[in-house]
Amino acid sequence: MTRGTASYQPAAGRPPAGLPGRLPRLLPGGLADGPASLAEHLARYGPPPALADGQALIAEVDRAGLSGRGGAGFPTARKLAVVAGRTAPVVVANGAEGEPASAKDKVLLARAPHLVLDGAVAAAGIVGARQAVVVAHRSVRGIVAAAAAERDRAQLDRVRIKVVAAADRFVGGEASAVVHWIERGVPTPTARPPRLAERGLAGAPTLVQNVETLAHLALIVRYGAQWFRSLGTPTEPGTMLVTVLGAVREPSVLEIALGTPAGQVLALAGGPSAPLQALLVGGYGGSWVRAAEAVSRPFSAAGLAGLGAGVGAGLVAALPRDACGLRETARVVRYLAGESARQCGPCWFGLAAVAGEVDRLAEGRTGDLRLLRRWLGQADGRGACRHPDGVVRLVRSALTVFRPELNGHAHGWCSGTGTVLPVPRTRPGGTGGH
Amino acid sequence: MATRPTRAGAARLRVDPIACDGRGLCAETLPELITLDDWGFPVISGDAVPGDQLDDARETVRACPRLALRLELG
Repeated sequence: MTRGTASYQPAAGRPPAGLPGRLPRLLPGGLADGPASLAEHLARYGPPPALADGQALIAEVDRAGLSGRGGAGFPTARKLAVVAGRTAPVVVANGAEGEPASAKDKVLLARAPHLVLDGAVAAAGIVGARQAVVVAHRSVRGIVAAAAAERDRAQLDRVRIKVVAAADRFVGGEASAVVHWIERGVPTPTARPPRLAERGLAGAPTLVQNVETLAHLALIVRYGAQWFRSLGTPTEPGTMLVTVLGAVREPSVLEIALGTPAGQVLALAGGPSAPLQALLVGGYGGSWVRAAEAVSRPFSAAGLAGLGAGVGAGLVAALPRDACGLRETARVVRYLAGESARQCGPCWFGLAAVAGEVDRLAEGRTGDLRLLRRWLGQADGRGACRHPDGVVRLVRSALTVFRPELNGHAHGWCSGTGTVLPVPRTRPGGTGGH
Repeated sequence: MATRPTRAGAARLRVDPIACDGRGLCAETLPELITLDDWGFPVISGDAVPGDQLDDARETVRACPRLALRLELG
């Protein structure tokens, strides 16, 4: 970014008392379980500021150091800058959250829909878009639509907001798949180039941002970069929503400061409900890490990199010692292989082959590790989207973390009981319309 | 979508994995740069196409029945 000279004065000035330096920023505390109304939202955060200078705002977002919270972690300011200045762009707020174990975007949309809508409107203001499309998981679409109608009645926004129910598929949350879904009712990724920023929804330059990223953006335009950076680490500032599940006492969606030790994240979810062997972090296309190694590590990209993992979309699944990591992996890989859009050969056929081999290893039949590794190499990076790469990452991490288990399985025993990770029933391929 | 390479930049082969059907013609005509994976889909060298293979590469791009191959600069 080279626009560091532009200055930006947060129009809302001071954050409301109690908000700075404190958690949670995004999820309303103390309210009943329902969504925050527009009045409650405005009372908590103050009115959204009028956005005058898009370039200055992009510089402010750059100073804030906000990165995407949908999994890829791309710097938000750079995405804004690429779309800003193009002719008639549109903004897409991505709340598809196709990850079956993740709930953070659904919880955010269900409890603080106006914060996300503020962020979508702010992003539209920054890039010069007059339309924002919010793609919400079908379980919360009604809440978001009601919030949008509430703003319409209050004549709050100059941006037209459209709310669409997301396709209920794993790859449906990928940016180009979201655009494809809005436009044609087909939830599959599309080939690039051209990039979405150049030609996306109905040919318009398109900014696709995760809904949590937009919620953070809504607060940065109110209170500024310095406020945003008052939590988190210098290289990964701010807070992040995480979904904690598995062997913890209170599985939940939490907001943490980036860099919070992973063990403390588990403690915030009530602590382990059983002795733990491993954590799955990031998402289903994420990485297994040994629990004993992970608990002292900061939950951040830098903190997890040494374990070969990343924060991804904020999933933390705790695997107890009495569960079988190989069987868990096999179930998830089978599901992910079934969720291939079946457009790219190496993903369609490669993931099915990988799933079969992981199944054989998990079931104690003669699995061929050399063949499996060969197929992982052949699937990695070979799709139009990153779906196969995530499966490869998951399986490779399982082969490392559950190596002792592999030996046991080869000799016919498995210590595991029960299942931990939720896996939806695989559909027979139908994609359906909106 | 073939881009004509100039002397200025290196040319690289790219495949559109959605368009590709795994017919395998490319691996037959340009085995130096394209091999097939275990499922019959092309694995393409990410290296710059050597100057003496540029004509063959262009011909391979033209011959793809799915128009899934292209030659990109840089």
